[in-house]
Amino acid sequence: MPAVHYLNATHGPASWFFTRDHKRIALLYLYSVSAFFLVGGIFAMMIRLELATPRGDLMSAETYNKAFTAHGVVMVFFFLIPSIPAILGNFLVPLMIGAKDLAFPRINLLSWYLYMAGALFGVAALVSGGVDTGWTFYTPYSTAASNTHVVLTAMGAFIAGFSSIFTGLNFIVTIHTMRAPGMTWDRLPLFIWSHYATSLIMMLGTPVIAVTLLMIVLERTLRLGFFNPTLGGDPVLFQHLFWFYSHPAVYIMVLPGMGVISELIAAFSRKPVFGYKMVAMASLGIALISFLVWGHHMFTTSQSVLAAVTFSFLSFLVAIPSAIKVFNWTATLYRGSVLLASPMLYALGFIGLFTIGGITGLFLAAIGLDIHVHDTYFVIAHFHYVMVGGTLLAYLGGMHYWWPKITGRLYSEPWAKTSAVIVFVGFNLTFFPQFVLGYMGMPRRYHAYPVEEVSWQVLNLLSSAGASILALGLVLPAIYLTYSAFWGRPAGPNPWGAYGLEWDTTSPPPTANFEVTPIVTKPAYYYAPEEH
Amino acid sequence: MSHTTADAAHHPALQHHFDTLEQQQNASTFGMWTFLVTEVLFFGGFFMAYILYRWMYNASFHEASHELNVWLGLFNTAVLIGSSLTMALAVRASKTGERSQLVMFLISTLVLGGVFLGVKVVEYAEKFSHHLVPGPHFQFHDAALKNGAEIYFSLYFGMTGLHAVHMILGGFVLVPLIVMAARGKFGPAWYTPIELFGLYWHFVDIVWIFLFPLLYLM
Repeated sequence: MPAVHYLNATHGPASWFFTRDHKRIALLYLYSVSAFFLVGGIFAMMIRLELATPRGDLMSAETYNKAFTAHGVVMVFFFLIPSIPAILGNFLVPLMIGAKDLAFPRINLLSWYLYMAGALFGVAALVSGGVDTGWTFYTPYSTAASNTHVVLTAMGAFIAGFSSIFTGLNFIVTIHTMRAPGMTWDRLPLFIWSHYATSLIMMLGTPVIAVTLLMIVLERTLRLGFFNPTLGGDPVLFQHLFWFYSHPAVYIMVLPGMGVISELIAAFSRKPVFGYKMVAMASLGIALISFLVWGHHMFTTSQSVLAAVTFSFLSFLVAIPSAIKVFNWTATLYRGSVLLASPMLYALGFIGLFTIGGITGLFLAAIGLDIHVHDTYFVIAHFHYVMVGGTLLAYLGGMHYWWPKITGRLYSEPWAKTSAVIVFVGFNLTFFPQFVLGYMGMPRRYHAYPVEEVSWQVLNLLSSAGASILALGLVLPAIYLTYSAFWGRPAGPNPWGAYGLEWDTTSPPPTANFEVTPIVTKPAYYYAPEEH
Repeated sequence: MSHTTADAAHHPALQHHFDTLEQQQNASTFGMWTFLVTEVLFFGGFFMAYILYRWMYNASFHEASHELNVWLGLFNTAVLIGSSLTMALAVRASKTGERSQLVMFLISTLVLGGVFLGVKVVEYAEKFSHHLVPGPHFQFHDAALKNGAEIYFSLYFGMTGLHAVHMILGGFVLVPLIVMAARGKFGPAWYTPIELFGLYWHFVDIVWIFLFPLLYLM
């Protein structure tokens, strides 16, 4: 390990809380996002515990409403959205393009403080009694019909949204203006392309939810009437504005994960990603189409039939760029020197689970079927396959892959492989039964279900059992990764023998990232020169 | 620590992670433009709501807009366009390095912004005294159009309020810029903050250029 690196270059709390180093800011995010992941996870376990039995014997209906709302708000706004971009993206975007830092280091630090301020509002809402509207804040639940802490929670999401906007802005400007000599657009790692596409959505989508939440806050505090049905206001307008952001937000969560997977598949197959340009363009394609599909959340509202059919068709289109990615990753594996290291186990898990999540998304894009399973556990299972099976697995895979770069030390590979398998098994056991439950008609957001439905109880029990296995699989990495950061063997600059600028510098990197500004002469993933 | 090539100007404003002032300025300007794109979408939510309700409650909106004082609105439009002019002249003065002119134009911009907000306060007070603020005390002379008019005034306060918040925030940024300008921090080699603030200020003006006809004239 180098004697001086970004972790020990300066000391003291001020050197962390006022740092402008993107790598230290990434670690600040890592600590805070992990804390929120734990909070969101605890609420998830409360939900599964309640549903292990048909009767509402653990929580009252009101408490249960608050528990699933807290789970959703925390996981979406304070874990999934910042997870990969704000931690891995922050750490890696400058390293991968050969820059010394992001374009606006002070704004980057501001992003973290905004995240923390938003989080503070969220926590204040939680400890003062919670909120019961669901993470979607649908009106009039969130305006006339709720007397819980909607304003605090909405302000929290509003402020955290600006953190996300500034992160996206920073990435876009950095990628445009700070690439090292020779790092042309067609040499950018796919991680960068996917973060570029993500940043576009962050910048174009987030302000719309921000203003929508602002309207809710104004409606509750100043009695302005934007969505108030008693004045003739239209609650469905809220849903339009909400999903205009919140559907693209799904791709804010999953696109960075796809970028991680591209890196992992290439590194552990020792091959360039098959169809590099198509995969890069697929990221932009997903970002574009993501803005045109929000109406598929509203097939059961007053939306016109013509609009519904159009949104249904457009939603099917998302499958094309998504499938391009899945097929190209699979084609990359073909005749590669596949190494089943722990990050690769997560990557392979991602491909399978994301495919299931994606294909069930097509079921939901079909209007007729959607009306049958709307607001059932089928929808819950679908988006957890994408958000957990997709994003969380990519996040864990990326964490394992770049952990030696971040800390300069190696973790225990046998433990890592074990927990990857536990996560995969626990995840499927948790969420696959929910597809069946949803198809059988079990609605989401209820704290009890009929005792007579024996099969519902069996499936719910399986799901709850799976959740505890999944929890174990998530606690393990927290332990051995933390252990390795202090007592692991030194990793050396490139423990995986991977290709990419981030592996050219020391582990951990110096504060300025590189001793000399690198000059790029080769395409990305230069593993097999004969294939370029 | 900071890596500088031989030809890079050792300007005090050059940050360590950029190679040249030009690269730094490109990044900053590009950053401001992208920020303004997010601002367009931020206001976009309100405009979408306006379009929908204008279409649903056309008669109410038409009637309610007569409650606004067109002359005050027109006056404010002129004030704001004037402040855009002084801001543009400030950017020019910073490029040519005329310090006293720069300070004068920045102060004029701040004063004109203040006049705009002052007029806005008068207009808001008028609405309060006429019971045109949405909520339990809202009154409208035509009972049939009352509900739509309340939505109209919700949008009026929401949109002009958000616009005013942008002007106030701009004012808070403008004060330190005036101090920096008076100390001679800006010159032909580096005037990025003035240019960026100019972009922001023009954007806020343009929002008003849309708000004025939509709320006052239609």
